Amino acid sequence: MKIRISNGRVIDPANHTDSVEDLFIANGKIIARGAAPDGFAAERTLDASHLIVMPGLIDIAARLREPGFEYRATLESEMEAAMAGGVTSLAVPPDTDPVLDEPGLVEMLCYRAKKLNCAHVYPIGALTLGLGGERLSEMAELVEAGCVAFSQANVPIVDNMVLMRAMQYAATFDFRVWLQPLAPFLSRGGYAHDGEVANRLGIPGIPVAAETVALFTYLQLAKITGARLHITRLSSAEGLALIETARANGIDVSCDVSINHLLLCDQDIGYFDTHCHLVPPLRSAHDRDALALGLAEGRINALCSDHTPVDDDSKQKPFSESEPGATGLELLLPLTLKWAKEKNLPLTTALARITSDAARLVGITKAGHLLPGARADVCVFDPAAQTHVSREKLRSQGKNTPFLGLDLPGEVRYTLVEGRLMFER
Amino acid sequence: MRNRNPQLNSNGELQHLLTLDGLPHEVIVSILDHAAPFTEVAEREVKKLPLLRGKSIFNLFFENSTRTRTTFEIAAKRLSADVVNLNVSTSSTAKGESLLDTVDNLCAMQADMFVVRHAASGAPVLIAQHLQATGRDHIHVINAGDGRHAHPTQGLLDMYTIRHFKGDFTQLTVAIIGDVLHSRVARSQIAALTALGVPEVRVIGPKTLLPTEIEKLGVRVFHDMSAGLRGVDVVMMLRLQNERMNGALLPTPQEYFKVWGLTSAKLALAKPDAIVMHPGPINRGVEIDSAVVDGAQAVILPQVTFGIAVRMAVMSMLAGQ
Repeated sequence: MKIRISNGRVIDPANHTDSVEDLFIANGKIIARGAAPDGFAAERTLDASHLIVMPGLIDIAARLREPGFEYRATLESEMEAAMAGGVTSLAVPPDTDPVLDEPGLVEMLCYRAKKLNCAHVYPIGALTLGLGGERLSEMAELVEAGCVAFSQANVPIVDNMVLMRAMQYAATFDFRVWLQPLAPFLSRGGYAHDGEVANRLGIPGIPVAAETVALFTYLQLAKITGARLHITRLSSAEGLALIETARANGIDVSCDVSINHLLLCDQDIGYFDTHCHLVPPLRSAHDRDALALGLAEGRINALCSDHTPVDDDSKQKPFSESEPGATGLELLLPLTLKWAKEKNLPLTTALARITSDAARLVGITKAGHLLPGARADVCVFDPAAQTHVSREKLRSQGKNTPFLGLDLPGEVRYTLVEGRLMFER
Repeated sequence: MRNRNPQLNSNGELQHLLTLDGLPHEVIVSILDHAAPFTEVAEREVKKLPLLRGKSIFNLFFENSTRTRTTFEIAAKRLSADVVNLNVSTSSTAKGESLLDTVDNLCAMQADMFVVRHAASGAPVLIAQHLQATGRDHIHVINAGDGRHAHPTQGLLDMYTIRHFKGDFTQLTVAIIGDVLHSRVARSQIAALTALGVPEVRVIGPKTLLPTEIEKLGVRVFHDMSAGLRGVDVVMMLRLQNERMNGALLPTPQEYFKVWGLTSAKLALAKPDAIVMHPGPINRGVEIDSAVVDGAQAVILPQVTFGIAVRMAVMSMLAGQ
């Protein structure tokens, strides 16, 4: 289908462009910007006057819950959420049941995703079998099956020798290693940031040292092994400082932050709001501000939703017994816009963190930008409209988000995947 | 975001008693004032008042307790309520029923009040929020101790005891000694003491048993008993649980007693008329020496007696009598 998106303000962060122009799509690709190619006859024209046209969002951490947790979410429900959120590519962590540690499972996931024909799925394989931290997974086979990186999700490896070997093995092939900085013993038995709020509420705390001690180890091992290390979901100012010191010492390491940690802190737990029970924990307001600034200045490379649909029953429990995580696919864009507004950032900079910068981390080259020849993954949104966050409006099966009840800036109007119009509002 | 104080109703009145943190000074004083006449009931031959006649109170204990449950039971019975004791740790949740399902079932049995003890911080708050969300505002929740969070009736009976023996709060120096980290009692005491205007609240203990950023609760931190006890009016001991005594928190009970145990010699550093309190059950020779427990300055047994009056006051106030 030939589609013309007319009169939109086209923002292409990868190429630092921001201007009102038309976008021409045919055969699943962007074929031209500005003037129509010779003989182009649009079968559908989308009027994007007063709207912003951007590359489809790339979410580098979205749990689809399949296989194993279908009572929390299914590929169908979460793909619908992704489309409504303008997310056209997503990287999925390996903490499914069974864990993504076998080529067959990864192939099945890719096959199921492809059949649904919505967002592109980029699986992150398990670094060790069953995330058990003992035996290496078949990384080469897993990459052949479609994995783009390897991680332990939120299950840290206890034995540092195994961790070093896993990083060495991955480095053999120059595979990406994504690690959540969480020292196993320092984080054990804790449920919230070890600070004033947890202390008042009597919630056992997780000290910042759980992040920094793990980072020391990971960064040192990256230096020794030469592994391509990416640090997922930073939570503290001190953690970010450690990463910057490592970079100054020549260690090539990237990192990301979730929308929750960018905009919330431990105070938001209020009276035991289990929607704020997250991994890593929401830390102090000081930490939140440091992360928001770090992301604005590009010291944190990307922003993700850390989408984790959780069923109501698992949230309606005492804080420490509740299941951690928040839904976020549909909030990634509005919350990015909220952060950009608060930080007074140009949209080309802000939107880069959820498009081109994210693409680089996953190794996506044919999407995340809008140059002719790119895959026609496009998101069109109305910057003047608002997204009201409510249980009824969320398409994700998970209704668990600390942002329930809020009005956030921006609303997605159209989502295109490979030139197909998948969502319109 | 659920940021409304869950223990107050839309008129700002006390609907549940979940924590003393954030409870206004006047509310605390009014509970203490209410408790005063109830102490006299205990002196009578017929120790019963008809204030809660016909009301059903469920003691919902997800964590074992004999003492606290008994005092709540006595308080409710002296107010003529019907009391049902449920040790849930041994019944339905063991079969997989969720906390809120248990509550819904008991609501269907026309409960008027829940007295809840739970090992997880915030469990009674969750129940109160659930009742509010489902429009059952006529049912009240009293927190009888949740995890490390709060034990408000213990905090209140401690305040009653201090007021009884010391009168004015605004001239006092109070020391809380021991395992503050794991103590819901300490958190409730600190909240009440600061709300009532005690100018100096101290906590004394090893760094392993004091929470991070405890100063932000408005207390002065001491690690040394001699320095911490000097000149205090009230000494509040905390219980040290067995499982914390040998391990990464403390090396041995012997060393703990040597450094932080309350002996007559250490108590002599406090004001001569200082009182010694303990929420019970006491561990003689671990956190407190027998000579102190049995000495003239200990008010541990009056605390227990006042506890019943305070719980009667809370129950009758919540039920609107």
